[in-house]
Amino acid sequence: MLKDKDRIFQNLYNDQGPDIASSQKRGDWVGTKDLVDKGRDWIINEIKTSQLRGRGGAGFPTGLKWSFAPKEVGSRPHYLVINGDESEPGTCKDRDILRFEPHKLIEGCLIAAYAVQAHVCYIYIRGEYFIDGEKLQAAINEAYEKKLIGKNAAGTGWDLDIYIHYGAGAYICGEETALLESIEGKKGQPRLKPPFPALIGLYGCPTIINNVETIAVVPTILRRGGEWFASLGREKNTGTKIFCISGNVNNPCNVEEEMNIPLKELIEVHAGGVIGGWDNLQAVIPGGSSMPLIPKKKCETLTMDFDSLMAEKSGLGTAGIVVINKDQDIIKCMARIARFYKHESCGQCTPCREGSGWMWRMLERMAEGKASKDEIEMLGDVTNQIAGHTICAFGEGSSWPVQGLLRHFKKEIEERNNLDLIVEKKNNIPYLVDQHLLDKKNA
Amino acid sequence: MGVKAKRYPDQPKDFKFSDENMKKIDAIIRKYPMGFQQSAVMPLLDLAQRQHDNWIPEPAIEEIGRILDMPAIRVYEVATFYTMYNLAPVGKYHLQLCSSTPCMLCGAGDLLKTCKSKLGIDHGETTKDGNFTLSEVECLGACVNAPMIQINDDYFEDLDKEKTLEILDKILKGETPKPGSYRGRVNNEPENNRKTLMDLKNA
Repeated sequence: MLKDKDRIFQNLYNDQGPDIASSQKRGDWVGTKDLVDKGRDWIINEIKTSQLRGRGGAGFPTGLKWSFAPKEVGSRPHYLVINGDESEPGTCKDRDILRFEPHKLIEGCLIAAYAVQAHVCYIYIRGEYFIDGEKLQAAINEAYEKKLIGKNAAGTGWDLDIYIHYGAGAYICGEETALLESIEGKKGQPRLKPPFPALIGLYGCPTIINNVETIAVVPTILRRGGEWFASLGREKNTGTKIFCISGNVNNPCNVEEEMNIPLKELIEVHAGGVIGGWDNLQAVIPGGSSMPLIPKKKCETLTMDFDSLMAEKSGLGTAGIVVINKDQDIIKCMARIARFYKHESCGQCTPCREGSGWMWRMLERMAEGKASKDEIEMLGDVTNQIAGHTICAFGEGSSWPVQGLLRHFKKEIEERNNLDLIVEKKNNIPYLVDQHLLDKKNA
Repeated sequence: MGVKAKRYPDQPKDFKFSDENMKKIDAIIRKYPMGFQQSAVMPLLDLAQRQHDNWIPEPAIEEIGRILDMPAIRVYEVATFYTMYNLAPVGKYHLQLCSSTPCMLCGAGDLLKTCKSKLGIDHGETTKDGNFTLSEVECLGACVNAPMIQINDDYFEDLDKEKTLEILDKILKGETPKPGSYRGRVNNEPENNRKTLMDLKNA
């Protein structure tokens, strides 16, 4: 288990209070000026040394992302945007940072803004977290009062203004370009990339977008050194991470742990075990709803980091672990996830807009045993037609959980659904192909 | 995004922001760069909703368009895209029950049944006295405190059937129930099973 002194979020459970005095006792805002004085290159290099990867889901190396910001500020100002639109089922880590460790985030904003040469930072918080956003605003006001942000922030000579922008209940705004559209006062529909936001982002200006947790760990990394952070976890999957363990466990909780921690340890030690014992475990969703589930037999030895989960054809995502025990109907659980995506699809790309509803309707029928044999294959076909055919990764994300279900629980679906085919197929042609292909003999 | 119910027919004639809110609007617009005042459309819709009994009438949409110098249809587009903007009246207490997978695993279905039978309304409906609206919503981001209900701005966490009834009874009696966990646990810590940051807990 990670030593308490190596935990970054000392106030994760709000033992001490989120105000500035107690935050300073925990080490926030101590020597911020010295860190900034070491210069941009040092900061970015230190973050590169730490091998910090984005905590929002995709796991993109943060130091690399910062280095994409133009070296010189041209006629267009740079922006820093913090993504706190946490809406993925199973994920509730950013909320605790906003309400209990706001000063880690604000200090991180100052350092990151300096590193990417931004004078304005927007923190995008989902609208439902209004109360938590108010707490962050109180902390921002405190920081302004103490001259830690604003003109000559914390004596660094850098000017920084931080503003909160509330969302209004759209999961898609967690996608970085949809988030930018939302700040610009439009519908949250993702943009095509390239151009990437680092060059053309908010208001057409260079913009760096990071998750709340990513930014909040930055000051501690710089204080203790990138080497320290890199010494935790394993190569390319370094540092600590807040895991949210929810679902059928005895003590659902948020806990900060080392990367590459065994899943079993997280569940058994921190979350008090699976309800009904370990043998009652059915499957685990390892990283928020969009990550394919992992069946029990693989959970025995699985370690939690980006690359080891990738090897299992899943992903760490946001590290929102949803534990599903054998008392639950796995098809129903996935049907509910499919319903989530159907509701949250922004409607821009047809494969996701139509496909998410299609998958949901099929899964609902499959849960009731009302699907015919061939529909299982058809479901897989629909998922393949979504993945890779949408503007943003969230569209694909809607198909991954269903693919995971088909990969590991196909037998359960087949046992329940054995209705005869409505139309007997003559050729083995995929269901969703361009119609002109049907004319070709070997299509 | 979810399809909104058809247009609410009973719209007021006009809408004006209160003086206090007009001051707030000035401050909000200043948050964004010159010429990009359209960015303020979401905060303004929220402000209108809070001023106008938790729903946004059409004249408010036009008013926001005027203030921000953008076509009303663009404001309307935003208002219909995001689920948190109510374009028809909702009850004084808007119960939003999360039924996404983590909450579902912990018994959100029971909670929904309890609310339905206690209030005598279905999902998406408002009680006759206009006090309660019940909505089944997607993940509210309090998964380790599942199941949970959001009532207006407050989160009520770690619920079960009895606790939900307790909350509803309190509201019906005119009292204000306390938000937060209803199993008495502190925030997101593992109940009675905490293994980390023990020095701080006992400090």
